[in-house]
Amino acid sequence: MNFAAGIKNRYETFSAMDARDKGRAISELLVNNSLYILILATIIITCVVNPLFLSVGSIVNIFNLSAAKLPIACGIAGAIVLTGTDLSAGRVVGLTACMTAASLQASSYAKRMFGSLPLIPIPVVILIVIIVGAVVGWVNGFWVAKFKLHPFIVTLATQLIVYGALLLFVLINGQNGQPISSLDQSVKDFVTGSFISVPGGARPVPIPNYVWIGFIVVVITWFLWNKTTFGKNMFAVGSNQEAANVSGVNVNRTIILVHTLAGAMYGITGFIEAPRIGSGTSATGFNYECDAIAACVIGGVSFVGGTGKVSGIVVGVFLLNIIFVALNALSVNMNLQYIIKGLIILVACAIDMRKYLVRK
Amino acid sequence: MGESDVTAAANEDVLLSMIDISKEFPGVKALDNVSLTIRRGAVHALMGENGAGKSTLMKCLFGMYQKDSGRILFEGKETNFKSARDALNNGVAMVHQELNQALKRNVMDNIWLGRYPMIGGVMVNEGKMYNDTKAVFDELGINVDPRRVMSTMPVSERQMVEIAKAVSFNSKIIVFDEPTSSLTEKEVDHLFGIINMLRDRGVGIIYISHKMEEILRISDEVTIMRDGKYIATKPAGELTMDVIIRLMVGRELTSRFPEKTNAPGATALEVENLSGMYNQVRGVSFSARKGEILGLAGLDGSGRTQVLELIFGILTRKSGTITLNGKRIRNRNSRESIRNSFGLLTEERRATGIFSILSVLENTVISSLRKHLLFGFYLSAASMREDTRWSVDSMKIKTPGQSTQLRSLSGGNQQKVILGRWLLNDPEVLLLDEPTRGIDVGAKYEIYQLMIDLARRGKTVLMVSNEMGELLGVCDRIIVMSGGRLAGEVDARDTNQEEIMTLAAKYV
Repeated sequence: MNFAAGIKNRYETFSAMDARDKGRAISELLVNNSLYILILATIIITCVVNPLFLSVGSIVNIFNLSAAKLPIACGIAGAIVLTGTDLSAGRVVGLTACMTAASLQASSYAKRMFGSLPLIPIPVVILIVIIVGAVVGWVNGFWVAKFKLHPFIVTLATQLIVYGALLLFVLINGQNGQPISSLDQSVKDFVTGSFISVPGGARPVPIPNYVWIGFIVVVITWFLWNKTTFGKNMFAVGSNQEAANVSGVNVNRTIILVHTLAGAMYGITGFIEAPRIGSGTSATGFNYECDAIAACVIGGVSFVGGTGKVSGIVVGVFLLNIIFVALNALSVNMNLQYIIKGLIILVACAIDMRKYLVRK
Repeated sequence: MGESDVTAAANEDVLLSMIDISKEFPGVKALDNVSLTIRRGAVHALMGENGAGKSTLMKCLFGMYQKDSGRILFEGKETNFKSARDALNNGVAMVHQELNQALKRNVMDNIWLGRYPMIGGVMVNEGKMYNDTKAVFDELGINVDPRRVMSTMPVSERQMVEIAKAVSFNSKIIVFDEPTSSLTEKEVDHLFGIINMLRDRGVGIIYISHKMEEILRISDEVTIMRDGKYIATKPAGELTMDVIIRLMVGRELTSRFPEKTNAPGATALEVENLSGMYNQVRGVSFSARKGEILGLAGLDGSGRTQVLELIFGILTRKSGTITLNGKRIRNRNSRESIRNSFGLLTEERRATGIFSILSVLENTVISSLRKHLLFGFYLSAASMREDTRWSVDSMKIKTPGQSTQLRSLSGGNQQKVILGRWLLNDPEVLLLDEPTRGIDVGAKYEIYQLMIDLARRGKTVLMVSNEMGELLGVCDRIIVMSGGRLAGEVDARDTNQEEIMTLAAKYV
């Protein structure tokens, strides 16, 4: 009802304008929504060229890819709300993915990294990777808050440090850096197994369990952002740090918490990635932060700070993955895909920034 | 001011005449038919209280504000500078109070910024820059190495560089805005030597300052402004300090203020020997009673704001004890102060008060989130809406709804939202820094009424204001700051603006 009334109201305002204002209003509308128009066009073209794009299997695939990236996006979004960023995300995913893989290698596998150790229970592994991620996040937050360094610099540095740790990790116990593979069936079942399938096509398409993990992470993030003191403080700090301090918000603690939470989210992503891909290598997680940041910006989590919704993050992640799958369905060259990604980030940021420009 | 028109046409000596300049901001008439005539080879002092319109007038001259009406004649021709740069290129320069310099660069880079001498149109001619700078410095008796990096120099030398820059443009008019605020006595002598030299060369000088002795010493003519109006222009020889003060503050209090119904009771807040670690506040001691509105008066930069922020714990204290109702409290940061029943309304609403893109509700509850927690972690939306409704109703905040972004509200309503934010914590001591800055007369009255109501309910209110009239109209007692120290205390009922002005100038 409200939505319909809003549309009616807008239409009436539009009808009342003169011809020149109408033209401007239409072009504004087109520019502000150009990203969505672009995506719609991509989908339509892709469907025409490759009808399989809209098959049940393909749609579920888009869901799966998106769900796997939701935790990292939710984490980075917090840093962006604080007008910051986090470049270390991808490498933290890599490290935690390798740790997951190493601690859950099948006991029958001859070249286990920790051959002498028994299989670690899955909940303990989850806890470990979350803590490892959170510690890196805490370090990020600590340097940002205490030394007033820009998160760009801090996370640029921690990204290198974590990468170094990751490279050392994959050489433990005489390993030569080969992929840490042959994961135990239990963890494969836990992450990539399925208890619900979507009927359609030749046979039902299963929905892997990590989709539900992504869903739970989104719900938790939504709760933290909207229903807790932490969330209100985060938006206040992102909107006006000095006013937040005067109002009694513990600015430093808020910054550290946001980054710590982000790190924990990367840990969860790492836990999903290892069984999803089937192994962990030193290259796992590389450049994940780029996609996550792009998704946040597309979804309206602005670098201006203090704005953004969890629903926006979800929409952003989905839209980005629709484009990736579409580009693959169109058989677009992998190198060209990077160029397209870059352009999407630029356009999305530019459109976003337009909303906050003060017209003089 | 037809008179100055005639003078402008008749007198060869006149360099600049600003005639009947008016400028209005929403709700405020900042300049009301102000005129100013500057002659060749004369120092013209511009005086007035804070907010009298001196800097607005200068901003109209330099094109930073668009004047609503009036004319500016420069060397007999009607002129409208588009920017400070435009004015500078035409020979009108300003030496700012706050120096706007590229601190990481050296002296000559700063002087020739934007007009570097070139070799072949590509390379900067460093040698010429050095020699030209040296020449200007020698002429002015300035002893600074042109290659020195600005950030390594004391403020006084940086100011000399700024003056040298104005001279290097062959400026015909140079405006000095509070040039001596950071200078020692010897440096002031040097500056006055330079000013005298410029005067002898026929430069017209506008000199803005609060320091009356300096003005009587250096200037030829004095123009006095008050409340955006032109009051008088007189030869400096005819003026004494008393006459200037009377002309500057001589306004009468009208019924701009609600009736005072509060009655001060027992002592609530005691501040002892308060000093700032990183600012000029030194050894400030005072006390305030329950149900009292205590005013803090003083000139800009006298440390009033810092006193409030030191008490609230967002500035670092060097020394000082704070006692509330007989109990020593520490107020080491804003959170502790809030727990100790303090609230601070900051001076710069836009910069440090509001979250412009967040909603009225979020702006209201940010300091009292603790009250709205269910089970210790879940923020109850209903409870937050209830408190916001109370704030909106009792403050008479005009807003379309609780989810409206704060930036779309008027200044007065934004200020009321922030006041409501603090009242929800039910503070014992409210520190209000310029609570009525930039808001219209009606909203001002409502805020005065709120303050008096709070005092009647036994709260202690500290109020910093630049407007002496409102301090006299609302406060019970006024303490006056000067140069970071406490210059004195007056009873608001039997004091006058002259007495406060004299105190405010005590340690300047």
